[in-house]
Amino acid sequence: MSEETPDDGPVVAERGPELVVALLLMVFAVGVILDSVRVGIGWAPDGPRSGYFPFYIGLLLFLASGSVFIRTLLKWKKPSAAFAQRSQLASVISVLVPMIIYVVAISFLGIYVASFFLIGYFMRRHGKFGWLATTAISIGVPLVFFIVFERWFLVPLFKGPLEQMLGF
Amino acid sequence: MEEINNLAHGFAVALTLPNLLYMLVGITLGVLIGVLPGLGGANGVAILLPLTFSMNPTSAIIMLSCIYWGALFGGAITSILFNIPGEPWSVATTFDGYPMAQQGKAAQALTTAFTSSFVGALFAVVLITFLAPLLAKFALKFGPAEFFAVQLLTFCSFVGMSKEPPAKVICAMMLGFALAAVGMDTVTGQLRMTYGFPVLLKGFDFLIAVIGLFGIGEILLTMEEGLAFKGKSAKINLKVVFQTWYQLLSHWKTFLRSVAIGCWMGITPGGATPASFMSYGMARRMSKEPDTFGKGNIAGVAAPETAAHAAGTSALLPMLTLGIPGSPTAAVLLGGLLIWGLQPGPMLFIEQKDFVWGLIASMYLGNIVGLIVVLTTVPFWAAILRIPFSVIAPVIIVICAIGAYTVHSSMFDVQMMLVFGVVGYFFKKLKYPLAPMVLALVLGDMAEASFRQSMLLSQGSLSIFWSNPLVGSIAGLAIILLLWPLIGMVRRRTSGPRVATA
Repeated sequence: MSEETPDDGPVVAERGPELVVALLLMVFAVGVILDSVRVGIGWAPDGPRSGYFPFYIGLLLFLASGSVFIRTLLKWKKPSAAFAQRSQLASVISVLVPMIIYVVAISFLGIYVASFFLIGYFMRRHGKFGWLATTAISIGVPLVFFIVFERWFLVPLFKGPLEQMLGF
Repeated sequence: MEEINNLAHGFAVALTLPNLLYMLVGITLGVLIGVLPGLGGANGVAILLPLTFSMNPTSAIIMLSCIYWGALFGGAITSILFNIPGEPWSVATTFDGYPMAQQGKAAQALTTAFTSSFVGALFAVVLITFLAPLLAKFALKFGPAEFFAVQLLTFCSFVGMSKEPPAKVICAMMLGFALAAVGMDTVTGQLRMTYGFPVLLKGFDFLIAVIGLFGIGEILLTMEEGLAFKGKSAKINLKVVFQTWYQLLSHWKTFLRSVAIGCWMGITPGGATPASFMSYGMARRMSKEPDTFGKGNIAGVAAPETAAHAAGTSALLPMLTLGIPGSPTAAVLLGGLLIWGLQPGPMLFIEQKDFVWGLIASMYLGNIVGLIVVLTTVPFWAAILRIPFSVIAPVIIVICAIGAYTVHSSMFDVQMMLVFGVVGYFFKKLKYPLAPMVLALVLGDMAEASFRQSMLLSQGSLSIFWSNPLVGSIAGLAIILLLWPLIGMVRRRTSGPRVATA
């Protein structure tokens, strides 16, 4: 998801992401159309086949995203509106990357332990909190969720080795 | 006066102690959701929906709809005190609300916002009370062709009415439809677009999409703006409330206009956000002193809040009677109905009287409870916003992850939530509207089923959509709305040499 437009300024132009998103939508549309053709877009003895409806959806998606794509190309040379500043994108990525690590970590550590690390990381890195406040909140919040979900609503969440060790 | 009897019965259902408690819990959670950035009506309800699977449907919908009202109220608090719209529909409230707070009139501004929200909702509920049974009776005559035509109308009006470029509206909508089609075809049992991945068998759940698009996407957007909450504090006392109410009486025309705009935009799926902007614009144009708008005019707070709440409430009218939600949050509530085993649509009014009228009665009560709750607890909510974003952001991410996981107890859903979050961020930045995408994702299967049934009836001829005056006029209206941007473009081209910016 990185913006690799060869711009020197601190601002990333809108046309780059605009073109990429339109292109991805077009690729997705082609996937929809091809799969609809595979399952059949015509009629079977008992009615329309499975691809009958999605085929037109894919076609419309292709036409609409194609028009965005072409329009972006046509005015490529004209000054484009700003997508975001470099520094803004940096702060977006500084949230997105921990989020991705968090989701991966849930699969290994369970939701509660991973949440502890996520909250702790944010408070130290972005909030410059002291160790005491960080520890208290990053343990407290998952603990409250544990009581609310496992005990109160009886909804089991994804657990990891720590919870197993403690016998839950 | 059958409606009055039904409504009285509904009050009997809603006025039980547990239901009143759910109402209070719902409103409080809703205001919290409305105040916090990254959590809104749609994804807040989506996250809490799995917790209601085991509840009695009437209590569940009362709680969830109260979350919706609470979120509508809560958005105003951040707009006025912090100049940060907690919800998209309260953007217009910041124009005059924040200047009022800067002038030391925060209490008046908040009272105005809450009262206006209440008035807007009240009118919309009255409209629902009397119009919904009529519409439901009318809709009983609908066949598959009529249903598809109404759905077509819904989606075409998105294209015609959105301020986003039509091509992007269609992109977002078709993406929603395509994602809805992934998985097993309910009619033939054939697998579609799974490309051999077993996780795709059950398709994409719209709850996951809503949590990702609105929750995670919003966090990324908020992070970009680098929020530092600096706000005014406010305490509301009874004297201020009564003074403000007295002052508001002279603005009754603004209220009526805003209610009309709101109800119209809510029933046709324009939604609360455009309704609030439209209403603000109208109030300024009609005002005797348009220059004072943007500098703390009380009508500039009343107009958008009334319209937003009227739109948000009346969005439930088409959801209940036709099974077509007028807003993303209504779409999530509709998904809830399906999960609780209730089929939304005209039959609901015959088979599930308790449910429908209990819900309608709870709308009256919920808004009264909501008004009292927000008027008395403003300092508390303002204090919550002083918690640094570096604590709130990870907690919201955790809540979203838990919400996504509880839908099907599947880790794949949590990963998809993240993907939808990134999609939401890019779509928001590039002005692809999210509402039609969510609506298409919810209605996809239903729209496809009614389209295929119509095609079966007509042996594949599209002429079934103008085979009788009823379906013909609905379909015709849909086409007009679809072509609306084109008509506008032609008019602009012919009236002057100004280049239309698409």
